[in-house]
Amino acid sequence: MQIAELSVLLVWGAATALTIALVAFAIDLGRRTEERADARAEARTPAAVGAGSRPTLAPASTLPATPPGDTGHGPARRRAAGIAMSTTWLGTALLLVAIVLRGIAAGRTPWANMYEFTLVGSFMALAVFLGMNVRKDFKFLGAFVTGLSVLFLVLGLNVFYVAAMGVQPALQNYWLVIHVGVAISATGIFTVAFVASVLQLFRDSRDSGSPYLQRPGFRWLDRVPTPTSLEALSFRLNAVGFVLWTFTIIGGAIWAEHAWGRYWGWDPKEVWSFVIWVVYAAYLHARTTRGWDGRRAAWFVIVGYLCVLFNFTGVNLIFNGKHSYSGLNTDTTGGA
Amino acid sequence: MSDKATYRPEGIHDAFTEGRAGDAPAATDGGPTKPAGGPNLPTLGWRGTLRWTWRQLTSMRVALMLLMLLAVAAVPGSVLPQRGQDAAAVLAYLGDHPTLGEWLDRFGFFEVYSSVWFSAIYILLFVSLVGCIVPRTMSHGRALRNRPPKTPVRFGRFPATAGARTTASPDEVTTAVARHLRGPLRRLPTFRVDVGSEEPRLGRPATRTVAAERGYLRETGNLVFHLALLGLLVSVALGQLLHYRGQAIVTEGRGFANAVVDYDTFDKGAWFQPSSLSPFSMTLDSFDSEFASDTVAFAQARDFTAHVTVSEPDGGQHSDQIKVNSPLTVDGAKIYLQGNGFAPEITVKDGAGEMAFSGRVPFLPEDTMYTSRGVVKVPDVSAGQEQVGLVGYFLPTAVVEADGSARSVFPQPQNPLLVLEVYRGDLGLDDGVPQNVYRLDTASLTPSVDDDGQTIKLLVKPGETVELPDGLGSVTLGEDVPRYVALDLRYDPSLAWVLTFSLTALAGLAVSLFTPRRRVWVRSWETTDDDGRPVTRVELAGLARGDDAGLQREVDKALAAVPGLADGTGHDTSHDKTADDTLVDDHQRTATED
Ligand code: HEM
Repeated sequence: MQIAELSVLLVWGAATALTIALVAFAIDLGRRTEERADARAEARTPAAVGAGSRPTLAPASTLPATPPGDTGHGPARRRAAGIAMSTTWLGTALLLVAIVLRGIAAGRTPWANMYEFTLVGSFMALAVFLGMNVRKDFKFLGAFVTGLSVLFLVLGLNVFYVAAMGVQPALQNYWLVIHVGVAISATGIFTVAFVASVLQLFRDSRDSGSPYLQRPGFRWLDRVPTPTSLEALSFRLNAVGFVLWTFTIIGGAIWAEHAWGRYWGWDPKEVWSFVIWVVYAAYLHARTTRGWDGRRAAWFVIVGYLCVLFNFTGVNLIFNGKHSYSGLNTDTTGGA
Repeated sequence: MSDKATYRPEGIHDAFTEGRAGDAPAATDGGPTKPAGGPNLPTLGWRGTLRWTWRQLTSMRVALMLLMLLAVAAVPGSVLPQRGQDAAAVLAYLGDHPTLGEWLDRFGFFEVYSSVWFSAIYILLFVSLVGCIVPRTMSHGRALRNRPPKTPVRFGRFPATAGARTTASPDEVTTAVARHLRGPLRRLPTFRVDVGSEEPRLGRPATRTVAAERGYLRETGNLVFHLALLGLLVSVALGQLLHYRGQAIVTEGRGFANAVVDYDTFDKGAWFQPSSLSPFSMTLDSFDSEFASDTVAFAQARDFTAHVTVSEPDGGQHSDQIKVNSPLTVDGAKIYLQGNGFAPEITVKDGAGEMAFSGRVPFLPEDTMYTSRGVVKVPDVSAGQEQVGLVGYFLPTAVVEADGSARSVFPQPQNPLLVLEVYRGDLGLDDGVPQNVYRLDTASLTPSVDDDGQTIKLLVKPGETVELPDGLGSVTLGEDVPRYVALDLRYDPSLAWVLTFSLTALAGLAVSLFTPRRRVWVRSWETTDDDGRPVTRVELAGLARGDDAGLQREVDKALAAVPGLADGTGHDTSHDKTADDTLVDDHQRTATED
């Protein structure tokens, strides 16, 4: 009991640390922007002239490269970035401990209901983000990744929370560890890729002169990488996510064969996993099809990620399928 | 990345940089065209039209559209109830929405995944896939025998370049770099490598060259993936045709034989052979269940085990068990534990005192406390007596409230109680219309009521006999309450194939997505340094298919393999390194040199 409560406290602690990180990342983005503003003003004129049919490329070729990671201008900025990264590490570590304690309290793998899925999914997104930052500088993603994580954690604590307990017979299987674990990892990776694609669209629109995005409030967009680089980043993450998702589906089918007596039965969760898979497969094809790359590919990522979110929330809460393991409804008789 | 955005260095336009064949614009040479002006519009002729349609169908753009359509078409099946999953819900929906429901039904919305339109989409998709993959497989087969492309004349505008000076001779450089690029495995070289020489050209003296290419596996993986999808589709379809599946409810101490007649429900594929029913039989010896009793997860199911004895066709017998996550396999057929409940032993005597019904009646659990609903139909009464129907609940651990209402508070049989309502009249069983055994149609029956007009509820404990109202006789509940299990037996010979093709697809996918496809060229020649001493000049260039963050590293590693590198001259890589150091790769920017 007490362990379970401690776990909840730690989740709140993690959410707090990540909120601080969110603010610090935002300040960091803002500060970088001021430094960039002048350079951009100069570069913009030739860029606009040569824009033509492919305006997205103009900034990349006319501006000096805008490496987001070139640190070293101004101690204040470095301080904000430093605080942001260390609080993200702290929040992620707290979350990890909270997850482990949750597992101890329940006496099983800590990802068997929606609340736990939110915790581990947020952890995965944060871990992917931190892992990416070990070798290179991807701090521009920080504000968004921590922001989404805080949102998920608070939602989890307030909406999805259920007490720690064991699971029904249908879930007592090593496939719970594998299938759900891989699904959560894929979700974490898709989350980061989603952020990259959204940034890609914003930056692309700003570069091609969208009046709304010309407002000073969006100057920070000049500090994120070019749309092409963001697209490439998103693709690499999505490729990994897609392979993991494929494995999630195969693992789920093997488990369903054991637990439910059929490997595929078009249960709502299966339908939506399939839809997600097809959307991301379409995304991979879109990238290699002329006229469907760039912005349209990013839209695929967004649609795909919305499907991922819906598969997790909507399908659990609205439809009544065999996957109703959210822990929020009590109408099952134990899958048997 | 955009085709337009990807820079193509001169001299090497081929499939590697151009993308795929299936992406080419559709045919414009599609057969004879009639002169314009007449009433006939220009036409492609039927062969041209066919060819045009085929090219369209096998184009990437159409594959993309079909994939999107497939995703959209799959959604209604999760929103609307489906016959295959929940036939009762479909009936309820049709009842609630008579007009809309009828139209939806007409268009197959209650059987989305076997509907004409859903099937049409995926069949077209797979036709498109075959049309796309077969030519690719053939051209890949040819490409596998190809040599790496010749070393380009200029390295300047390649996305990754490097250069250095060394004291080693061009021959030594060439040998060392070629060995490095081939890698340690002779049979499975990392790069396919050609070494060569060039005549003096463009102000360069004679040079030695290395041309290397890696990543043929990428396309192999891609083809394997798509072919495995095809195999998957075929094996799933075969499974559908050959499978059979039967459901039976078995109570403790009883058994069933694997024969069509012994199943409560049985369905089979079109190519099913009765001979694939292996003639074994099985007895349920006992059934154990465990439920949590702590406050947090009170009454949550923890474990179900059915202990069975299997009699094999050859006469052998053995005991085994079936659990929720571990089906029992007998002769390739799998037996699943799909449900469980109580089947109280109920005896009914009619008003004349004659035995009218005796048997175990499965009650279906309706909640986590196993409040279970069941029906007893008693048509075989003595002449002159009215037929009797009993409807009610079995409560494993009953608590009777002050107002007489009863409920179950735990799923184990700690205080079993049967609560029954009594109906009399014509049960309608003699009409020959099949009836649901778990439902009593009370519309034409008369309920037994007390003086206040309230429906009478009989409470029967194990071992008790209770008089039925209105002189209808009596009902007895057996001393022990047997449990039943709902078993689901399934035979699908395609399972191993389905699994194999899925895993092959996964492996092919991973290989195709994560194998880098790269070319590296090295050129070295003799020259002199600033002080006039003889040195060897080495230059390298790299090119990748698509986005490849590791390309520069690959080129740098090849450079590092050069022996006798002069200090300080090492990395005059001359392009904008900051971008590559800090960011994901960005060919446009890294290729700004020259
Ligand atoms: C059942 C339908 C299909 C599915 C689920 C599917 C799935 C996929 C996936 C996941 C990839 C990613 C692997 C990679 O990027 O290398 C891929 C690649 C590819 N697919 Fe498909 N595909 C389907 C149908 C088709 C069809 C009909 C075509 C031909 C018109 C096609 C042509 C290709 C090609 C050429 C690639 C390689 C793209 C590249 O080189 O990056 N696919 N497919």
